[in-house]
Amino acid sequence: MAGDLVNLLADLKEQEALKVVKDRLGKGDDALKILDDARKGMEIVGKRFASSQYFIPDLVYSGEILKVISELVKPKLTKAAGTKKLGKVVFGTVAGDIHDIGKDIVVFMLDVSGFEVYDLGVDVPVQKFVDKIKETGAPVVGLSGFLTLAFDSMKQTIEAIKSAGLRDKVKVMIGGGQMSEEVRKYTGADAYGKDAMAGVSLAQKWISAG
Amino acid sequence: MEKQWADMTSDEKQEALFGRWLAPKDPEGNDLKFQSPQAEKAFKDRVTRVKDAVQMKKLPDRVPVFVLPSFFPVYNAGITPYDAMYDYDKLYAAYKKFLVEFEPDGHLGADMPGPGKFFEALDYKLYSWPGHGVAKEQSYQANEGEYMKPEEYDDLIQDPTGFFLHTYFPRIFGALGPFQALPAFTGILEMYGLGYNFIPFGVPPVQQSLKALMDAGNEVMKWVGTIMQWNMETTAMGHNGILAGFTKAPFDVIGDTLRGTKGIMMDMYRCPDKLLEAMDRLVPLMIKMGVGAAQMNGKPLVFMPLHKGADGFLSQQQFEKFYWPTFRKVMMGLIAEGCVPFPAAEGSWNTRMETFQDLPKGKTIWMIDNSDIARVKKTLGKVGCLMGNVQSDLLVLGTPQQVKDNVKELIDSCAKGGGYVVSNGAFFDRAKAENVKAMVDFAKEYGSKVYK
Repeated sequence: MAGDLVNLLADLKEQEALKVVKDRLGKGDDALKILDDARKGMEIVGKRFASSQYFIPDLVYSGEILKVISELVKPKLTKAAGTKKLGKVVFGTVAGDIHDIGKDIVVFMLDVSGFEVYDLGVDVPVQKFVDKIKETGAPVVGLSGFLTLAFDSMKQTIEAIKSAGLRDKVKVMIGGGQMSEEVRKYTGADAYGKDAMAGVSLAQKWISAG
Repeated sequence: MEKQWADMTSDEKQEALFGRWLAPKDPEGNDLKFQSPQAEKAFKDRVTRVKDAVQMKKLPDRVPVFVLPSFFPVYNAGITPYDAMYDYDKLYAAYKKFLVEFEPDGHLGADMPGPGKFFEALDYKLYSWPGHGVAKEQSYQANEGEYMKPEEYDDLIQDPTGFFLHTYFPRIFGALGPFQALPAFTGILEMYGLGYNFIPFGVPPVQQSLKALMDAGNEVMKWVGTIMQWNMETTAMGHNGILAGFTKAPFDVIGDTLRGTKGIMMDMYRCPDKLLEAMDRLVPLMIKMGVGAAQMNGKPLVFMPLHKGADGFLSQQQFEKFYWPTFRKVMMGLIAEGCVPFPAAEGSWNTRMETFQDLPKGKTIWMIDNSDIARVKKTLGKVGCLMGNVQSDLLVLGTPQQVKDNVKELIDSCAKGGGYVVSNGAFFDRAKAENVKAMVDFAKEYGSKVYK
């Protein structure tokens, strides 16, 4: 059996992991099984990040390795990757703010953890969040912001969700620089996440609670 | 007899730069005329307060207090960041109002907004700014990207200026795209064949770029005229601009605006030796940048915004291998020339504070943001002056009483023995004016009792 993809990816052994993927594809291994092993490896990465064994560069690196693996596997996917999605999450950086690195890491971790994420990008107008929630029926919303001006944009976004009659259908988390309980209260969010894994935990908690 | 600069010790050089700070000159090189004896005393007291806090040899008369905002003075004056960047009269008035209203012991000047038309003349891509990618009511924001490719490390290492001119500038300045065609200046060695090197200067696209540079320079002169006049007037009023200029840690030079965040993180895994070599190459250049600013502006404090070494952004191992060594080398180079490095540890740097202790005492001043400043006082605070760390959410959402309670707590835990300045922790755009006022006034009131 050529190397263990799950652990190679979890250990961030890029060259060895890619070699294993190529070997397995060459042997005719099921492409979906390879992707599934890759996701198991990412789960371990996430756990190591949560326990402060891994840090942000490790998350970024693992994401890049996974991207290369996905590119290798994609042509071999014969049927739609019908991986069970745990639930829908609408995500974006709020109006007026164009910072995206933190948001991209959280979106990536949510995606890899099995959520269906609708990433609206940066400088997202209030109404766009509302429209996406209506369209998808997503029960979880994530608002990212780095500048102090983001506090007001988050507050306005949550108020608009309320005016649209959707507030009790969603749970809202906020994150980014300068977050605190004070900011959470001010914006009306349900919780704030200190980092990517906190965001994933919140999404898991809220979606399993139904 | 006056000692020659090269023969001075670093202590003497630092003393000389503080001396120049205490004796500001006008643009003609004569002693600046203060508006009144009181204004002169206020200025000299403010500078001396900072000097005493930094040098940690004797206690200041009271705990100094700085207000170091980003766009707050703009919003506080009821104008937009667009106004501040395109209307230099409105900029002037807003930043003067800020000083008159809050009267801090130290401020950052009026140059943070910058000249909008100048950025337009060069078609600057690295940032979006009000009216140009972000709304007029918002501050400017960086556009993360890979402005340097991983295969370009050798170019940067071999010839940093050449790399900047030929490759980097065309990517960050739309108007300088034709700079890709510039000659390699290091080939200009002989009369024979000299003409060939200058072909680019005869072609229209390059000539357009040169014209864009001239337009940019002309706009800058207008802005600089405003800034210099503002500096003269506010100093003559007794106010104290603390910055000579800035430089950066080499890891941030590459990670912020060359390779980008994702880029440099990948480089740590994929080409660590190239990254390390490039950072070593940048050390003398970053030292020169800071020393040059201090000499030109006659002050010792050289700002260093710290970004990618924060808690969580690197493991401790990565921090010690990639971030710290060249950062320390730059600081030691600044200190050797009498400068006072002023790193702003934006975010949390709790896991790094013990490492930072490895510095000479009385030579640095650190802006502390989310780190636990009381604990920092016990490590880095033993050798370096600390400023901070009133939090942004408190200034924006809190009450004056909460701010006062926070300032009291900070002075109680950090001011003893000197080496401490009250200030905000992060550069803020928004805040309630009454909260900023409470921070300054209470720091002055309570901070006078502490050193009696």
